[in-house]
Amino acid sequence: MTTEDTGQPLLTLSKVNKSFGAVQVLREVDLTVRLGRVTALVGDNGAGKSTLIKGIAGIHAFDGGTYTFEGQEAQVSDPKHANALGIEVVYQDLALCDNLDVVHNMFLGRELKKGMGLDEAEMEQRATKTLTGLSVRTLKSVRQNVASLSGGQRQTVAIARAVLWNSKLVILDEPTAALGVAQTEQVLKLVRRLADNGLAVILISHNMNDVFEVADTIACLYLGQMAAQVERTEVSRGQVVELITAGRSGDLGLARDPSTTGAVA
Amino acid sequence: MSATTAPTEEHPAGTAADGGLGQAWRDYTGRVRGGELGALPSVLALISLVIIFTALQSDVFFKPGNFANLITQSSTIIVLAMGLIYVLLLGEIDLSAGFAAGTCAAVLAVTLTQRGWPLPLALVATIATGVGIGLFIGVIVAKLGIPSFVVTLAMFLALQGFVLIIIGEGGTIPIRDQQIRAIMNSNMTPLLGWLLFAVVVGGYTLMTYRQLSQRRKTGLVTQSPQVWLVKVIALALLLGFAVLVLNLERSSKPELTSIKGVPYVVVVILLLLIGLTYNLTRTSFGRHVYAVGGNAEAARRAGISVARIRIYCFIACSTLAAVAGILFASKDQSVSPSTGGSTTLLYAVGAAVIGGTSLFGGRGKIRDAILGGLVVAVIGNGLPLITDASGIQFIVTGLVLLIAASVDALSRRRAQASGRA
Repeated sequence: MTTEDTGQPLLTLSKVNKSFGAVQVLREVDLTVRLGRVTALVGDNGAGKSTLIKGIAGIHAFDGGTYTFEGQEAQVSDPKHANALGIEVVYQDLALCDNLDVVHNMFLGRELKKGMGLDEAEMEQRATKTLTGLSVRTLKSVRQNVASLSGGQRQTVAIARAVLWNSKLVILDEPTAALGVAQTEQVLKLVRRLADNGLAVILISHNMNDVFEVADTIACLYLGQMAAQVERTEVSRGQVVELITAGRSGDLGLARDPSTTGAVA
Repeated sequence: MSATTAPTEEHPAGTAADGGLGQAWRDYTGRVRGGELGALPSVLALISLVIIFTALQSDVFFKPGNFANLITQSSTIIVLAMGLIYVLLLGEIDLSAGFAAGTCAAVLAVTLTQRGWPLPLALVATIATGVGIGLFIGVIVAKLGIPSFVVTLAMFLALQGFVLIIIGEGGTIPIRDQQIRAIMNSNMTPLLGWLLFAVVVGGYTLMTYRQLSQRRKTGLVTQSPQVWLVKVIALALLLGFAVLVLNLERSSKPELTSIKGVPYVVVVILLLLIGLTYNLTRTSFGRHVYAVGGNAEAARRAGISVARIRIYCFIACSTLAAVAGILFASKDQSVSPSTGGSTTLLYAVGAAVIGGTSLFGGRGKIRDAILGGLVVAVIGNGLPLITDASGIQFIVTGLVLLIAASVDALSRRRAQASGRA
């Protein structure tokens, strides 16, 4: 990834919709995710954050609107398809196997093979390289079981697994929700490093401190609509909180009449 | 590969950490204290049982002849337990494995003795029966989502009926094929026994050395060479002693018939041990088995077909039960409706758990079957020498199983507390 790419839109969603039966969860949502930047996705419970993420990751396809990845319109209706594009999701509950070691977890389901068996040496080297590339120094050994790791270390392993596959977009679902202060700091530094390495990052968070510490852009969902996508430097915490709770803040956010949908950022 | 020393300031990751024996010992005791007991309980149980029985009945128990008996007595339990380990690793159970062995043995007896099929064809039919039973159970458990306990309980009853129908009520079918009978009843010549010893120890030494030097070359953290050497020497001593004892004359009338040498079934057990251990630890299939047992949801999200892994594990279990069925037929030289029945299955599950395989899934090794199977066989072999009451034997075996399950549960709790689960 060259530095000229940084700042280019990697993923653009335009007017996407999603309904489950009679319930419309997402309405005409626009989102732009750029390389080398952390895009925070905020919103109250039920605002549609998870649905939006699942649509991007191909777990369930959007009903309408356009999905543009690297300038090309894409139909992503399968997680494997999203993986092939270079999209990886780190879920809140991490999805690690406690009884396997760090290397095994990082390559789970995509093991490298040599002849009939597994290429353990190559996997261990690549895992170590990826962790070193992310400046992770907190792991004692890549051969220890994941069960023996702290919450922050587990989050680190889950994130490292996501970037192992030359991914371009990493989506993190509440990575700091269950962590202590020091570990949160560690993980946020790691998130920042991902973006600085040229990846696009979507960070879902409820925590305004995290968002303001690490994000470049903030996208606020309000009841299934994109209230606003704004630069972090241009807003205050209070404004973001208002966007989350009321859908608008001053001249930012949704228009007063709820029937006129869409963002007027 | 398990004993990787932790890289410290002096030994950063990427270079060989030569902590030596002391470091390896500290790592090991640390793991045991953290609840990762591994083979320790079963080895201790085995040693103490042998000491107890030797002290009480040394003139009968601690004899070369009895040692050979132990091996043949344990071999059926061991093979069944190896199969059960596949389903136990998933956190499932197969209660029908004993009668699956019986059904397969019945198929062998009918095709071989009554139909007069050639041996290879009869063996194919036997193994295919095992595969079929496993496929049936696996599909029902994985696709319909019925708990394996219920499915295999139903199969336990149904297969019992199949054995009766295949054999014909009340009947016992003799096995006359000399090759089948030889597996459990004949021994290698002493020279062949030593050849086997050389192949196994040499093979182990070569394989582990290659692995060690390869890891070194690529700059990964390796096991210390001293630890490797100790392991090789320990293996050579243990197996050398076993071959030495088995090669002693154990016939009461050596001038009439000479009985000595390693029983042929040892080769079967060794091949299964090596092949299945490779399958579980060195292939992506094996890795996925552990993953599904450890966290099925994580495995699913990693793109692993959990249903497919489940089906394969039940097939592995029933197929190994078929192999155990062949061993039953060889040992008894006949097949009856009770083959594989009574306590067979429970002893095999007991063996796996005593060996260190967790009932909660995700933890266990093929070698557990051998250690646990030997413990069960030693109890079955040693206790009748002390007391005639068969009641005592059931009670003691039950107690040992209970202790093993408690060790499993307690070490698991401890492992969770120390974050090693």
